Amino acid sequence: MADLTLTQAEAHRATRLDVLLLLIAVVGLIAAPFFFYPIFLMKMLCFALFACAFNLLLGFTGLLSFGHAAFFGGAAYFTAHAVKEWGWTPEAGILLGLVGAGGMGLVMGFLAIRRQGIYFAMITLALAQMFFFFCLQAPFTKGEDGIQGVPRGYLFGLIDLNQPLNIYYFVLAVFLIGVFAIWRIVNSPFGMILKSIRENENRAISLGYSVQKYKLAAFVMSAALSGLAGALKALVFQFATLTDVSWQMSGEVILMTLLGGIGTMVGPIVGAGLVVTLQNYLATSPLPVTIVTGTIFMICVLIFRRGIVGEIQALLRRLS
Amino acid sequence: MTGMLTAAVPGRHVQTREPRAVLSARGLRREFGGFVAVKDVNIDAYHAQIHALIGPNGAGKTTVFNLLTKFLEPTSGTIRLDGRDITRLSAARVARMGLVRSFQISATFPHLSVLDNVRVALQRPRGLGYQFWLSLSALDRLNERALELLESVGLQDERHKLAADLSYGRKRVLEIATTLALDPKVLLLDEPMAGMGQEDIARVASIIRNVAQDRAVLMVEHNLKVVADLCDRITVLQRGEVIATGDYVTVSENEQVKLAYMGTGYE
Repeated sequence: MADLTLTQAEAHRATRLDVLLLLIAVVGLIAAPFFFYPIFLMKMLCFALFACAFNLLLGFTGLLSFGHAAFFGGAAYFTAHAVKEWGWTPEAGILLGLVGAGGMGLVMGFLAIRRQGIYFAMITLALAQMFFFFCLQAPFTKGEDGIQGVPRGYLFGLIDLNQPLNIYYFVLAVFLIGVFAIWRIVNSPFGMILKSIRENENRAISLGYSVQKYKLAAFVMSAALSGLAGALKALVFQFATLTDVSWQMSGEVILMTLLGGIGTMVGPIVGAGLVVTLQNYLATSPLPVTIVTGTIFMICVLIFRRGIVGEIQALLRRLS
Repeated sequence: MTGMLTAAVPGRHVQTREPRAVLSARGLRREFGGFVAVKDVNIDAYHAQIHALIGPNGAGKTTVFNLLTKFLEPTSGTIRLDGRDITRLSAARVARMGLVRSFQISATFPHLSVLDNVRVALQRPRGLGYQFWLSLSALDRLNERALELLESVGLQDERHKLAADLSYGRKRVLEIATTLALDPKVLLLDEPMAGMGQEDIARVASIIRNVAQDRAVLMVEHNLKVVADLCDRITVLQRGEVIATGDYVTVSENEQVKLAYMGTGYE
């Protein structure tokens, strides 16, 4: 038992280093809008949250969804519509996006978790494509145009989100809350069961776990948090369009997560930051964006299979 | 070791003189397309007894295991656990009722620590499954029992290793400790000693003997020496059918068994 308490102390030391790094990162993010273009930073934060939510499913439950754009883009539509057409406050609109995406996750997850592996991925893709065509045809989404000119409004009726710094700090706060929620889910008794399902599903069943319920719960949580990211994006860019519900978006979030490192907390954030930065940088250069990101993706898969953060962690473990 | 294992399960100490069938299957049958993999199998596992299921490769032993634990649906037949019909229940449900299995290929959670492997098994019985809002330290109250279980199989010093880093034999032992965490009424072990060295076999045999004092054990095993030493009853399966049931002497003198499985000249 003495040995056990010792290792707990070690665990606390590791946490202290983590807390230090976390503080540096948060201070950096608070200072960032004074050095970089806020819209660019907010785009990064939205995608980072999206990738973290996706990683909750892929990295910590072992389920590869190819339909997460439906939650991201769906929530963007819900929020944009509620804020623009119904005059909801931004926080209520975001809440609607979160709940709406969670509801979609419940339906899609309920159908998809009955199958495993590639079949699971294909069902999520098929359902997301159905939702894409729904968005293309439904009157409230305005078809090819999308919902344009979404007002950012006043947060709690008080804070003017049209001020760049106000909306930036609002987005940063929601991002931090979202990432904290994911961290808590992963490092909880529930997260432990998710990991055991990822590691050996039959064994988890033989220990009496109804793995379908756990998978569905994880799917809904991942969908709702992806929705939170999409809802934020609708407010930041003030529009919701078909791009956000297209299958390319589902692919992009997979790319970000793999690039950063599946099953690590920070990996998806780094991956999202890298992809968004590249897209931004290459948009003004003569190089074609998709070919460059595709090449980087292939190099990563071939050389750093654990992703950037995954490889760094493995290196640190080997050194210590 | 024995004292600790039994002391940890109060109320299970009632010794019945007559052996009591905890798990019984009647007319168990499973077809795959036109192929009958398991045909009208009757099998009983008795409290405090070790029952071996033997038979040549492809006889349907693992299929019987999958049927009994509901990883496969039987085409027909009934399965009763403590008198209750479990034929149509889910695998997770029968596990919760105390019918717990191991797998032929060692089934651990490879990237979890040895301690966490056992704690995962303890979580559900202690009501710690869906709490996504709690910190992991909520699981610390499982440590004492988890360590007890690890000590009972001699794995306490390796508790911080990843399960993937254990030797093959130690993985099987971990698997048994994990299974025992559920305090099962019936333990089904699919080739628990396959691929083990002599030393590990002796250790696992003594662990199985200990755990069987308080529950029914049904195991698939190829090593006939182990079966002879360890098991109270033996059922021989051939081409999906039971050809003999009884103690080792009865079974080994059965002409059909000699012919079909052990060869006429066996001992």
